[in-house]
Order: sequence, then C-alpha cells, then structure tokens
Amino acid sequence: MSTDPLDGVEEGPAWWDHEAGPVVRPYMVTGGRVRPTTVDFDLITYLVATATLAADTPSPEHQAILALTQEPRAVAEVASRVDLPLGVVRVLLCDLLSDGLIARYDPPSTDHLPNVETLQAVIHGLRAL
Amino acid sequence: MDSVRSDTAPVPQALKILVAGGFGAGKTTLVGAVSEIAPLRTEEVLTTAGVGTDDTTGVATKTTTTVAMDFGRITINPSLVLYLFGTPGQNRFWFLWDELATGALGAVVLADTRRLADSFAAIDYFEQRNTPFVIAVNCFDNDQRYTAEQVREALDVDGHVPVLLTDARDRMSVKNVLITLVEHVLTMVRSTVPA
Ligand SMILES: Nc1nc2c(ncn2[C@@H]2O[C@H](COP(=O)(O)OP(=O)(O)OP(=O)(O)O)[C@@H](O)[C@H]2O)c(=O)[nH]1
Ligand SMILES: [Mg+2]
Repeated sequence: MSTDPLDGVEEGPAWWDHEAGPVVRPYMVTGGRVRPTTVDFDLITYLVATATLAADTPSPEHQAILALTQEPRAVAEVASRVDLPLGVVRVLLCDLLSDGLIARYDPPSTDHLPNVETLQAVIHGLRAL
Repeated sequence: MDSVRSDTAPVPQALKILVAGGFGAGKTTLVGAVSEIAPLRTEEVLTTAGVGTDDTTGVATKTTTTVAMDFGRITINPSLVLYLFGTPGQNRFWFLWDELATGALGAVVLADTRRLADSFAAIDYFEQRNTPFVIAVNCFDNDQRYTAEQVREALDVDGHVPVLLTDARDRMSVKNVLITLVEHVLTMVRSTVPA
C-alpha cells in the first residue's frame, strides 16, 4: 500500500471515485509532474508576487497565481481560489519561485508555540468577532 | 523567534487550528460558523488505501462525504490571521493529518455524543503529538443531554483538557470553543516559560 500518487495513476481507474473531482486535467497543467522538485510549501506559507504579470508566464494557471498573489496569500488560499488541488499548486509555485516571479515567507519554526502576546491578541480578536 | 520573522516579512503572521472528529461530527459546520469557508482540494486521494473502510453506522442522514478539506480564514488584525482546517472525516485520509498537524497552534476535536468512540483516534493522535486540543461535544440529540464531565469520563482524557458542550451551527458557541482552545494553549505556554 503506497501513498505515491504515481502508483495510482498507473493502476488505472481504481484509485479515484466521483468524490475525487477532476484529477487528470490539473496534472496536465503541470506537464505530468506530481510533486515539487525542489522545495515544499506549508499550507500557511505566504506568497507574494515579485512581478506584475509577466508576458512570458508559462500558463494561464501560473498567471492566475501571479494575479492572486499581488497581495500576500497563504498557499491554502491560493489553491482554494484557483480551484486546483494542492499538489498541482505546489508544482506551479515551484515554477514561479525558480523563475523569480514570486517570494515565499514561511511560518515560524514548528517546534515553538506562539508567544504570550500573540496568543493574547488572538483571544482578544476572537472575542471581538 | 516568531517576532523577528513577522517584523521583517511584509506578510501577516499565520496561525493554524485543526478541526478534527469522526465522520459527520460537524467539522464543516463548525468551520463555516466562524469563517468564510472554502473547499480545499487535495490530490492525495490518488491512493487505494482504505477503500471500503468508511463506517456510516448510525449516521442515517449523512449519505456523502468529501475528500476536500474545509478551509476557513479569520482575520484577527492586519498582521495576524487564523486559518482553520477541517480534517477529512474518513479514515482513509488519515495520512493527510501529519501535514495538517505540523506547526498547528492546536486542535478542536468534535465529539458526537451518539458515536463518542469515533473521536478516540483524533484524541490519541493529538495526545501523541503533544498538540494542544479541546474537546467540543456536539449535541445533536437535544433530548439526550450529557454533561461535559460525563463525556470527559467516557473519553478518558486528562483533567487539564477542556471539554465543552457545543452547537457547531452557532457562531457564539464556536467562538467560545476557539477562545477556550487558545486560552488552553496560553496556559501551556505560560507553564513552560520560566517567570
Ligand atoms: N443538531 C445539530 N446538527 C449539527 C450540528 N453540527 C452539524 N450538524 C449537522 O450534521 C450534519 C453533518 O455535519 P458536517 O458539518 O457536514 O459534518 P462533518 O464532520 O464535516 O462531516 P464529514 O466531513 O463528512 O466527516 C449536517 O447536516 C449538519 O447540519 C450540531 O451542532 N447540532
Ligand atoms: Mg465535512
């Protein structure tokens, strides 16, 4: 039992069902690549476009991401708004990163809980919702 | 430290809270009660693992479930944003949890009083990872009320873990759950930082 997405692709129809949504087309966007080649992106890594729309942006999907990230957006927001699966978006983000079209800001190291001031600000903000 | 990063980066500080619980426990409802909710598709479904393991016993009104995660955003202030992620309810998507739990501030475990045992897996998971969590008891059956203490006993969780009765459809109730979680985290942070 493997979680390698490629295994499923090769095995034919058994791996998806009606709940899975369109899966094949999004991977055509990435040229069949199913995972980022270099770096990975946390769901709450922030992205900011460093360029306005580049004329030679590789694809409409890349352009859509550049348009969205004209203001800072988390990876999860980008994936949700361009309505592509996370894995696809991560591959596209890698392209944009290596083309120097986008900057990433990672969340703080995961082995620390936020400090007291931050937590108090969250509590305060939630009360005010 | 965190503050260095958020002072220098032109982006908000983002915090992540997970919403876990068994199939149909009310995760999507809870996230939607306090935030604008959007589905987030994952492609990790490309696996044959666990097909046929969904247990729908006792969830008579629930016929479908999604492989999308629920995703909500609460803007605390311009420099601080809270993201809520509803974990997939089906057991076959268990492997997605590790990514979700990494770096999470804490978790809400929804317990359905009709199927309390469904929340055991989530409780075990967060206990093992030392992820702070609270248990929100979703009271579907209005005639059959349990006290939070009865549920705590049935679930056998540590005394310091907050257990609250909730209505996942109610914004104030869900706000209260999130505040309780963050206060719980605050208590933990304070107890580990020397005064
Ligand atoms: N009475 C009552 N019904 C609720 C409550 N929370 C959710 N529901 C209902 O229960 C059903 C399931 O809720 P969902 O929020 O979809 O549950 P879920 O955990 O997201 O389900 P999966 O994602 O399939 O695992 C829906 O019809 C909700 O309207 C609650 O607090 N009280
Ligand atoms: Mg759901």
